[in-house]
This record gives sequence, structure tokens and C-alpha cells, in this order.
Amino acid sequence: MKNLKRIIAMLMAATLMVAAFSACGDSQETTTAAQGDESNRAKTAEGGTFLIGGIGPLTGPAAVYGIAVQRGAQIAIDEINAAGGVNGMTLALDFQDDEHDAEKAVNAYNTIKDNGAKVLLGTVTSTPCEAVVEKTYEDGMFQLTPSGSSVNAICHENAFRICFSDPSQGTAAAQYIKENLGYTKVAVIYDNSDVYSSGIYEKFVAEAQVQGIEIVSAQAFSGADNKDFNTQLIAINNAQPEIVFLPIYYQAAALILQQSSKAGYNFKFFGCDGLDGIIGQLEGDAALAEGVMLLTPFVSDDPAENVQSFVQAYQAAYGEIPNQFAADAYDGVYTIKAALEQAQITDASADVREIGTALSEAILQITVEGVTGTMKWTEDGECAKTPKGMVISNGVYTAITQ
Amino acid sequence: MFISYLLSGVSLGAIYALIALGYTMVYGIAKMLNFAHGDVIMVGGYVAFTLSVTLGGSAWVAIIGSIVFCTLVGIVIEKVAYKPLRSASKLAVLITAIGVSYFLQNLALLIFGSNSRNFQSLVSIPVISIGQATVPGETIVTIGVSILIVIGLMLFINKSKSGAAMLAVSEDRGAAELMGINVNKTISLTFAIGSGLAAIAGILMCSQYPMIGPYTGQMPGIKAFIAAVFGGIGSIPGAMIGGVVIGIIENLSKAYISSQLSDAITFVILILTLVIKPTGLFGKKLKEKV
Repeated sequence: MKNLKRIIAMLMAATLMVAAFSACGDSQETTTAAQGDESNRAKTAEGGTFLIGGIGPLTGPAAVYGIAVQRGAQIAIDEINAAGGVNGMTLALDFQDDEHDAEKAVNAYNTIKDNGAKVLLGTVTSTPCEAVVEKTYEDGMFQLTPSGSSVNAICHENAFRICFSDPSQGTAAAQYIKENLGYTKVAVIYDNSDVYSSGIYEKFVAEAQVQGIEIVSAQAFSGADNKDFNTQLIAINNAQPEIVFLPIYYQAAALILQQSSKAGYNFKFFGCDGLDGIIGQLEGDAALAEGVMLLTPFVSDDPAENVQSFVQAYQAAYGEIPNQFAADAYDGVYTIKAALEQAQITDASADVREIGTALSEAILQITVEGVTGTMKWTEDGECAKTPKGMVISNGVYTAITQ
Repeated sequence: MFISYLLSGVSLGAIYALIALGYTMVYGIAKMLNFAHGDVIMVGGYVAFTLSVTLGGSAWVAIIGSIVFCTLVGIVIEKVAYKPLRSASKLAVLITAIGVSYFLQNLALLIFGSNSRNFQSLVSIPVISIGQATVPGETIVTIGVSILIVIGLMLFINKSKSGAAMLAVSEDRGAAELMGINVNKTISLTFAIGSGLAAIAGILMCSQYPMIGPYTGQMPGIKAFIAAVFGGIGSIPGAMIGGVVIGIIENLSKAYISSQLSDAITFVILILTLVIKPTGLFGKKLKEKV
């Protein structure tokens, strides 16, 4: 009797669980459908809804990047749908969380595939991207990562990217420091736990040798948890560099600027695209960012018309200034649109591999004028565009003038 | 040079010491590792941030509000998450503490978003220069506050009635109950004080390293745990000295060995302490009763 009770209880629990999970599934499907409905209101689609899968960290320490990509992509999709869609199809986004974890990213990829995604805009961060690119290659799905910058993130022929690769940033930074700024004694602070930062650092060191730049002090820290940079700054101060290179993200850079100013040092700082966002991060201490130089494809204060309309739309929708990740995602969606048009894909229900092959060819033939610059792609998946040298003066990014 | 490195190690260590005090206090009395302690620090930081930056309150409003709020949070956490497990195995409580830690992190993520924010220092003491080396005002306040807390806690535990109850509970919970001590109330009080200390640590940490995010408490929490183990977990002066020593070791290894290996060296210290002297610098040797 007791056993029977137990079995019944377990069965009931199991039913509840199943009900709970299926409820989750349902609600997710309804949100995607709802988004579709919204766009349908703008224009009734004949070719159906073309589902773009997205993967990136929506929770966890890297969530800021995933959320930015999701929002940037959504803005582009809404704009495109409002303007009538692509080849008679409306676009929709199915964005899944990977918590910046390779294993969860592969699970997320299976989810978007099950939900019917035809192309992948992702993943946002490099480490998960290196895992997912293997899966998209197996399935022949077209993959365009807005911001996965490590070399292996796009190692197959079906994968492309919007952002610069880590090596190209390192090389470009060394050339810029020597040729445009004329400095030869450089100190570096980099994050050795991060592929982005250490990738740029390694290429920077290699190119510095070619350029005849002396790296007087190379200081590392590990992880975004690190908050104390005093020791690194003392060591750098002793090495007397002409400029300090920061191939890191803006959160850590903000702390470095604050601690450096508190200790009374007067360094010149130079960084890559990861520094974009530093003015907002410093909030009340924004004056500390004065004179910081960076090489970046996107600056939100760029007066160009397309940049300003994107920044305004983003600000109206989410109440904040878009960062470079949002811009990359925005350009990513427009690139997918341009490639769909080039490949003349009109059927949203076509086979994933068929679409993938067509888009991989089409992207090589197009040029996209995006908010991150004028982009063309090469067969290795890299996007050719020129980084702009910017300096922060009076709280806004302005082009460096010699 | 060496002095500069040493002083910056002391400022880092003072923060660890302050966090370690809360860890060690809760462990000493309730005999449980409260892994959510680091996240209560984050809560304290966010409350102070909201009061001072978002609502524009004065520094004192922010400090007192944050301490009161964290004390309440500590009591609620203890009531909801730990009290029902009073007779469960230690492992179950430990895992619950990790659960609480994740819960607080994700709650902060929901409320405040994933972007970290710039925290305006609540300490208005200027930088002090000693020769070429500089000491930020926050460090002086942190060390002063830590010493005051150590003295205060020692006095409270050794002189007051509630303190005596705490000692009794820590020595033998069953016997204390038989002697008419309200064990639940005593443990609740311990958590209240521990979380109040976490709020102070949170405010001072965010003042010194002016940034706050949902994961701000995680790594300092772990480092402070190492400091508490190093100093002898359960020992209040041990936590203070352990914290400062860990901070100095971390910074000197950054400066003279390798800036890449400093975290590894800190964790090696934890392993070495556990292997060579598991009770830490000031820890009491526990007698196992047969």
C-alpha cells in the first residue's frame, strides 16, 4: 500500500514536471510567434517568417555583451520588417542564452535549430563560438558572429564575422602607435584569462618587434573579478613608458584610469574596440577619460547619419547608448539581409544547408555600408574594414589629428 | 619601490580582512561556512549605491541604510535557508549557502542589470603620500574600521551576555540549549552581525575600487575565505591578520614573481595552509570527543 502511494506520488510529480517544461516550451514559442505577428502587422509576408537564431550570454558576467547584441539585432530586424522585409519574407529573432559557456552554447544551438532557425547570428563571445562553429559546419548552417573575435571562432567556410579579429587589432595597434603617434616605449596591461585580450597582446608583441617598439613593461591580470591594479601601475611607472596600451574591456580600464589618477600618475592610454563604453562606465569621473586614444570601428558619437539614426533608435528602445557589440549585431542583421537579397532567397522554409551554401557565396560578393564602417568579406571569413583612430576630448570621441 | 608595493598590498589586504571578519565570525559561532557572505557584500554595496547615487542621499544615510538593510537580509537568509537545515548534514547547509549565493547574484542581475556601475567613494579623506609611495584615504579608513570591529567583536563576545551565549553555542550547541540559551536566537544574532559587517565591507570595498556589479562580491569573498582559513577560521584577530598578509602576498607576488600567477600563488597558500597547519595561524585545535 505504502509502495503504491509512493509510485502514485512519483507519477504525479513526473506529470507536473512535464507540464511545467512543456509550459516553458509553449511560452517561448508564443513569444517568437508574437514577434512574428507584430512584424506581420507592418506588412503581410508572402515568403513566411525567416528565423534568425542568436546565441550569447544573457546572464552571467559577460551578459552585457549578449544583451547588447540581442538588442542591436532586434532594432535592425524591426527596421527591416517595418520597411517591408527581405524578398517578401519577414525576419524574426530567436535569441538563446549561453552564459558565456561553450557547452551551454551548443545546447542553445540545438534549441534554435529545433525552433527552426535558418542562419545563426552568433555566438557573441569567442570561447563558445569556437565550439558552436563546429556544429554549424556539420549542419551547413550559415554563421555570422557579430563579435567573436578569436581566430578559431570562424575556422570553417560557413562562418564569417563583423568585428575585427584579435590578431588584426594587435597588429593595427602596434602600427598605429609607431607610425601615427611616433611612440617607441610602450607598456601593456592585459587580461591573461581572456582570449580577446591575450590574443591582441600576442600579436601586438610580434608586430612591435617588427616596428621597433620597445615594450618596457608587460603586466597581466586575470579575469574581470580583478579590481586592484596598483601593483601593475607602480611597475609601469617605474618603466617610464611613453604610452600605455590597454587591450582590455572598458570595465577594467575604468578602474585602471581611476587608480592611476589617484596615485598621481600621468600616463597616456591607448586601447582597442573593447574600450568603447568607458565614458559611460566612469559616470561621474568621466573627466579621467580625457585624452584616452583608441582604435575602433564604431563610435556612438560619430556624426554619420546611419550611426545617429541607429543610436537614437537604440536609445529610444532601451534607454542607453549602444556599445560596439550592439553595433556589430545591427550590422550583422543588415549583412544577412544583403546576402539574402544577393542570393535571391525568397522561401523562408528552404533547407538550412541550401540557404547556408547560397549565403556563404553571396556574402563574398556584397559590400555593406554599416554603422561600423564599409564592410567586404574574404574567403577566410574576415571582414575588411578600417579602424578609426579616436581620442576622447571634452567627453566625446573625435578623430585623432596629427 | 618595495614600500609602494607593500602599501598597495596593505590596502588590498585591509579589504580582505574586513570581509574575512564576517566569514570567521559566522563560522566560529554557527559552525557553518556562509558562502553567500561575499554576495551580501555586493548587496550592501548596491544599497549604498542606490541611496547615495540614485537617490542622492548623504554618505551617512547610505552607510547606515546599507548596514540596516544587510542585517535584515542576513536574518531573513538565516531564517529561510539555513534554519530549516539546522539538523541536516553540514554538506547540505554548505550547498544551500552556494544556492543562496547564486540567488543573490541573479537577483541583483535582474534588478540592476549586468552592467557594472561606477561607485562614488563615500570616503572623503585625501591621498596620503609617504615619500614616493601613496596611500589612498580609503585604506586608512578600512584599516581603522577593521581594528575597531576586531576590538568591538572581542569585547562583545567576551563581556556581554549575548556574547557569552554565542561562545556557549559555539562550544556545544546541545549543552547550551539545556542551559536555557535560545540557540536559534543566538545564531540569528550571529548572522545579523555578520551581515552588518558585510555591509561595511561592501561600502569600503566599493569606495576603494569604485565599481559595483552583480558579481562584485564573488572573488573577494573567496580570497577573504582563504584569508580566514590562513588566519585560523573562527579566530577574529586571525581573520584580520590573515587578510592583510594575503593582500601583501598577492601584491608582492604580482610585483616580483609574475603578475600572471598571483591568483595561483594565493590559492597555493590555501592548499599549503590546509596541508601544513589546518587550524591556521591562530586557530584553536579541536578535540574530537570519542
